[in-house]
Amino acid sequence: MADQTLPIPGSLTATPSRGAAFLEWLHGWVVTVDHKKLGILYVVYAIFFLLVAGAEALAMRIQLAIPNNHFLSPEFYNEMFTMHGTTMVFLVGMPILFGFANYLVPLMIGARDMAFPRLNAFSFWLTAFGGLMLYFSFIGGFGLYGMGSAPDVGWWAYAPLTAKAFSPGHNTDYWALSLIVMGFGTLGTAINIIATILSMRCRGMTLFRMPLFAWLMLVVSGMTLITITPLTAAQIMLLIDRYLGGHFFDTQAGGSAVVWMHFFWIFGHPEVYVLVLPAFAIANEIIPVFSRKAIFGYPAMVAASIGIAFVSLTVWAHHMFTVGMTSVGNAFFALSTMMVGIPTGIKIFNWVATMWGGKIRFATPMLFATAFVLQFLAAGLTGIMLSVAPWDWQLHNSYFVIAHFHYVLVGAIVFCIFAAIYYWYPKATGHMLSEKLGKWHFWLFLIGFHVTFDTMHFVGILGMPRSIYTYEADRGWNTLNMIISMGGMFQAVAVLIFAWNLVDSYLHGKEAGNDPWDAWTLEWSTPSPPPAYNFATDPEVRSRRPLWDIKHPNDPDWKYEQ
Amino acid sequence: MQPSRSLSSSRFRPCFAFSLCLGAVPALAEGAQSTPSILAPASTPAHEIYGLSLFVLLITGSIFAVVAGLLAYVVVRFRARGPDAEHEPPQIYGSIRVELAWTVIPVLIVVVLFLTTARIIFAIQDAPEPKSALEVTVIGHQFWWEFRYPKFNIVTANELHIPASTLLAPEPTYLRLLSADVDHSFWVPQLAGKTDLIPNHPNEMWLDPHEPGLYVGQCAQFCGIEHAKMLIRVYVDTPQQFDAWAKNQQRLAVHDSTAAAGKQVFETQACVNCHTIVGTPAHGTFGPDLTHLMSRATIAAGAAANTPDNLRAWIHDPGTFKPGAQMPAMQLSDQQTDEVVAYLSTLH
Amino acid sequence: MSTIPIFADENWRLPSRGRVGMLSLIIGESAIFTIFVVAYVYYIGRSTYGPTPQILDIPIFNTVCLLSSSLTIWLAEHAIERGRMRAFAAWWALTMLLGIVFLIGTAQEWTRLIVHEGLTIRTNLFGTTFYSLVGLHATHVVVGLIMLSLVMIFALLGRIEQRHAERIQVLSLYWHFVDAVWVVVFTVVYIVGR
Repeated sequence: MADQTLPIPGSLTATPSRGAAFLEWLHGWVVTVDHKKLGILYVVYAIFFLLVAGAEALAMRIQLAIPNNHFLSPEFYNEMFTMHGTTMVFLVGMPILFGFANYLVPLMIGARDMAFPRLNAFSFWLTAFGGLMLYFSFIGGFGLYGMGSAPDVGWWAYAPLTAKAFSPGHNTDYWALSLIVMGFGTLGTAINIIATILSMRCRGMTLFRMPLFAWLMLVVSGMTLITITPLTAAQIMLLIDRYLGGHFFDTQAGGSAVVWMHFFWIFGHPEVYVLVLPAFAIANEIIPVFSRKAIFGYPAMVAASIGIAFVSLTVWAHHMFTVGMTSVGNAFFALSTMMVGIPTGIKIFNWVATMWGGKIRFATPMLFATAFVLQFLAAGLTGIMLSVAPWDWQLHNSYFVIAHFHYVLVGAIVFCIFAAIYYWYPKATGHMLSEKLGKWHFWLFLIGFHVTFDTMHFVGILGMPRSIYTYEADRGWNTLNMIISMGGMFQAVAVLIFAWNLVDSYLHGKEAGNDPWDAWTLEWSTPSPPPAYNFATDPEVRSRRPLWDIKHPNDPDWKYEQ
Repeated sequence: MQPSRSLSSSRFRPCFAFSLCLGAVPALAEGAQSTPSILAPASTPAHEIYGLSLFVLLITGSIFAVVAGLLAYVVVRFRARGPDAEHEPPQIYGSIRVELAWTVIPVLIVVVLFLTTARIIFAIQDAPEPKSALEVTVIGHQFWWEFRYPKFNIVTANELHIPASTLLAPEPTYLRLLSADVDHSFWVPQLAGKTDLIPNHPNEMWLDPHEPGLYVGQCAQFCGIEHAKMLIRVYVDTPQQFDAWAKNQQRLAVHDSTAAAGKQVFETQACVNCHTIVGTPAHGTFGPDLTHLMSRATIAAGAAANTPDNLRAWIHDPGTFKPGAQMPAMQLSDQQTDEVVAYLSTLH
Repeated sequence: MSTIPIFADENWRLPSRGRVGMLSLIIGESAIFTIFVVAYVYYIGRSTYGPTPQILDIPIFNTVCLLSSSLTIWLAEHAIERGRMRAFAAWWALTMLLGIVFLIGTAQEWTRLIVHEGLTIRTNLFGTTFYSLVGLHATHVVVGLIMLSLVMIFALLGRIEQRHAERIQVLSLYWHFVDAVWVVVFTVVYIVGR
């Protein structure tokens, strides 16, 4: 891969055996501190767990395809939805997005590595270990004979269901401990990204000349510092309750179940912005390149991103409209949630304006990015619907909410992740992904996504709550559930095609060259894959699109940028 | 009680055609009469929410139409075509005026949305309780509902009977929501939005259903292994029906001497530790009150119909319908089980 | 990248990554402490039984020691910036001593509370929030002392030089943070909460 070791003089006669060569290759990956290799490790790790969590989702959809089904026991179903949510957020979303940041940020800002390479490696292995600990729960306890001890309290783990009295096994403990461990890994990576961006930009790259991807990763990392930590604090409190006899959430002793909710959502809401802002980051790079135009309104995009970060810290209790807050409290959070829609909407308008007047090429990355814009628009609007507190009193904890957040998580974030992989895979591997398979992947996934998640809105409106392992046959939800489950099959096939594409193109894909997409940011100036040291000489830049300046010496950006 | 506070009808008219389309959605569902649809409100809070939702849908739908329309236009009109694709298009870096415009307009939309929303929040949450209100205390358990009518001295489970409330004879029901263990949520979509039951955090909600009938719902906050089977049946009665029901519930348990054997089994086995049958030595409060079990259409919080066969299967092993329910398998012999079922079948 | 035009901008100064990294860590840690402080404040007076904050004695001596250690560590930073390595080592050792005295004082306070007042983390809500918040802070003092002792060992071995001044300053930031947190914890627990 990106390993460029020079041959050792004098060892020309010794040919290492295949086994020894493999071990050395593996060793190189295990001890690496190279941001590119760590980025790839994060992404591969996340894709593996995407398949695992996807299988968990399929299991749930098979169970729910017909009423009163017996495919999964209630116990196992509850473990499935808890693990599906926990895995997707912490073992897929966070790692893959921080993996992209790891790989791309140093390249984009003209640096040779992250600020703290060893911390980088440590953070990855912490995350990886935390994930393994979480999944060990399936075989821990009585797992070899029974259902295991996988977490089964919902990914939000409300108190007092998580108290020892109501969750006597180790399910909750696996949830809390593995996430605390992963949280430290995430914190390390966030610190690293901030230090890298602030302290290691190449000459000429002021903050306002950075690619928007780097800006958004800076904002995301800043948010992470104060987002993950409340969860860590709350989980420490939960473990104190469970093991040291504490009373933080013990309602008999004066503790409060609502306090857990506040702490969890003070983490949980900004967390979803931590997940979605990198999707914006990806779109900000792909849409301009494939529209052949600079991003419209760069300063506004920076301001909107920072605005989203700050406002998103004030909206958390919109997850708690039904908990019995005062009418004034409910009104405040309804307003703050509506307000976060404003900078978010501005971003959507800027993307459309970027495409306006362009010459759009619909290669696979752009197909996914365009679908992202449409789907994120819809997701944002259903979010506005949910911000209307009285309507939320009906929709909360129903399948409408699941539809809304899957529209964001899958329709926006996963679509952007696919776009990013199609876009940067050539840079990381030196091979193009197959466009033909890419288009099959896109259309199948698009159809499956809409069949499942458009329908899901309706079954929620018809009164179906979430977190239920089965439903009554006479409530009118049967056909809709069957349709939703069918859509899942399309998505599964599409993802398998994608996985095949990843492997096959690595072996047989067309050679990519430095700059297959005719793009403008610094990562496209290196060979594909880049050498370990990234740049032969330290770059110097004068505008936001250094490669545009080189390709258009008579019309460089620095003459026109605001 | 205060007059029904629906939005002025002039706002409904443009929505009428649209709501007809939405009204078709329940028709997609089979067994439509017991579909707990948000689109079929039968009580003032649900009506208020429905009206507000149509207004919000109009706004968000319009935004979607405009922006998606623009996106569709862009995708078609500005596609790279033929030899023209070789040259780069004019580079536009931004426009402060345009940014301002599409900031100010969303701010105005948010102001309108918020004011409408706030009005309904206060109308529903801060509605003062009239003297004619019926008060019911709801206690959430894993995995069943306890209903107490303090002024009537009635204790029942899982199936709530309340009187219809009309403009002429308003009698809303005010529910006080408590929990005996973990978090639950009371959700009957046609009657009101949901409100959570949180231990040590009493909540309140109100309903005033206009039409007699059966309205279904279920627990809407994950409360453990059998959360899915914590169903709710709300029987809205005419005032006469309600009076009759209440009088029956207030009576002591029916004493039928033909069922003496089963009563004996019930009272000597562990049943009395969890269940109450008023007028007998059974005073347990961990499980549902069984005094008038036969007045209910279902058992196990809706997990099964209330038939002798189901009752038999339930007593033999609750895992038949609800694995993980707190009631243990009672390890009774076949004969004992038959006798107990016969006894319970007399508790009208 | 020789084709990218070089322009006259000689001053390309970026903040030091050590400082940025430590400040970021401090921000994250502040968020953790904030949650524990919020829990403490919210739960004041809500214990349904058991000992109340009235049993606490205000730890004035302890506080003076810990806050003075911020001064001594600042003097140590000052010394190493000017290359006065022996003064640096002396101030550094004094800082550690003050930190250790603080921990001993905390241990004494907790012994009194546990043995004489019967207050443990499981006694009641006050016990839980008190030991959690003060304990979280004490844990950070311990971690800080471990880092300080590593530097002390290097200093005694003569391996610390003037050029390490910046790294010393970064580490001192952490120590100042720990002291600042104590100001908050002290105010919330011993002043507001009583």
